[in-house]
This record gives sequence, C-alpha cells and structure tokens, in this order.
Amino acid sequence: MIEVETCEQAIRVTCLSDTFEVRSSLQTLMEDMEGRDYLPEERGTVELVLAEVLNNVAEHAYEEKGDGRIELDVSYIADGIAIKLQDFGKPMPNGKTPLGMPANVDVDVEDLPEGGFGWFIIGELAKDLTYERRGDTNHLSFRMTLGAE
Amino acid sequence: MELISSDVGDTRIVHVNDSRIDAAVAIQFKDAMRAQTDGGPRRVVLDLSEVSFIDSSGLGAVVAAKKLLNGAHSLELAGLTPVVAKVFKLTRMDRVFAIHADVAAAVPSLAS
Repeated sequence: MIEVETCEQAIRVTCLSDTFEVRSSLQTLMEDMEGRDYLPEERGTVELVLAEVLNNVAEHAYEEKGDGRIELDVSYIADGIAIKLQDFGKPMPNGKTPLGMPANVDVDVEDLPEGGFGWFIIGELAKDLTYERRGDTNHLSFRMTLGAE
Repeated sequence: MELISSDVGDTRIVHVNDSRIDAAVAIQFKDAMRAQTDGGPRRVVLDLSEVSFIDSSGLGAVVAAKKLLNGAHSLELAGLTPVVAKVFKLTRMDRVFAIHADVAAAVPSLAS
C-alpha cells in the first residue's frame, strides 16, 4: 500500500518496489497534478520520466524484489517541478547514473533494441540530474520545466 | 492486459483494450500479441487508440512483438495518443514502424 502526504506546494508518495505500486504512485501523483491544473501533456511527460526512474529503482537497486521502500518527493516550483527520490537498495554501478545514449534503430528488425531506452528518455526530459550515495541510501534529484517550452 | 482481434480483408486488427502498456504488463503484452496473431493474416495493425500511457518497458514489448512476428507477419501501429507518440518519437522508434493516424487510415476499406 502506498502512503501519501500532501501540502500546499508538494506531495510525498512512499511505495514499494513493485510495478503495481509504482503504477498507483504515478496515478496518485497524476490526480494531484490534475487538481493543480497542469495540462494533460505536462502530466504525461512527468508520468513518463517518473515511471522510468521508479521502475529503474525497482529493477536495479532492489533487483526486482518487490519489497524495497521508495520515497518520492515532488515539489511544485515556479517553472515546473523538482523531484527527489530516495531508496535503500544497491548503489548505481560506478556511483553514477548511466549515460543514456539514443538506441540505434537503423538496423535489421531482428537486431532492434528492446531495452536501454529508460535513461535516454530521462536525460532528454529531466534537468539538473544529480545522484548521490549517502550511507546505505540512493538519492536522485532533478527538475522538469513545464509550461513554457 | 486485454487484446481484441478482428480481421478486415487480409489485415488483422489487434485492439489494446487497456489504458497502459507499462512495466507491470510488458511481458503479458508480448505473450498476448503472439497468441492474437499466430496463424492469422500476414498484416497486423496494432490499434493503440485506448492506450494513454506507455513507458520504456512497454515500448520494449511492442518492439519485441515486432521482432517476434517478423517473417510471418508485419506489424504496423495506429491511433497513437500524445504521450505514446512522444515516446516513439523520442526513441526514434517512429522510424521503425509504419504509423497510421487511426485504424480507418490503416485499413481504408473500413472507412467507406
């Protein structure tokens, strides 16, 4: 079961590292953003980036064990949103986030990539991405600009 | 994850009767696509008009379905909603698939 705390300019969602918990967390956040009059397109972009970071934590930091704790803090700021994500799983390999290169699609059908899109999507849509390992905790933070494009 | 198929001429239309293709259902989607197309017409059009959200796992599953079907079938897409279209464009997968505005555009005999 996810836990939710909201205040005037922020929402905190705590969930387990399970794909259906990630889904309900995203759904909760989308409802909150809808209530704050964000446009469908803006909500969709936020949902996409957050789906990628949350599923990465579930898949890699917690190695698909569905019982790891993930804390997501979203702050509504002047030109968009600021996100902080905390988990207690394994650190990022080499202590940093993957580079996220665009997948090569100019190949035969049988050689098309089926994965490796996540960090590229995050890199394209998130700003000021930072990752830090503090003790046994992973801290990821970034911003997304919404509204004026 | 529910897929519903119907044949129009030599085209099988597979309609995704779900609003999401995400990490929670990606594997299920791939298996369901195999079941829906096995032994059917060569041309397959995947109708995504009800899908409002796809993530990279979902995208991977659609690509996997194309690879799985390759040879016996060709997989085309129809009815991409804005977020889904954005994911295909960002990852350049919009260059890999034939993409139609909707099913009627993909299967003209339906429109008349």
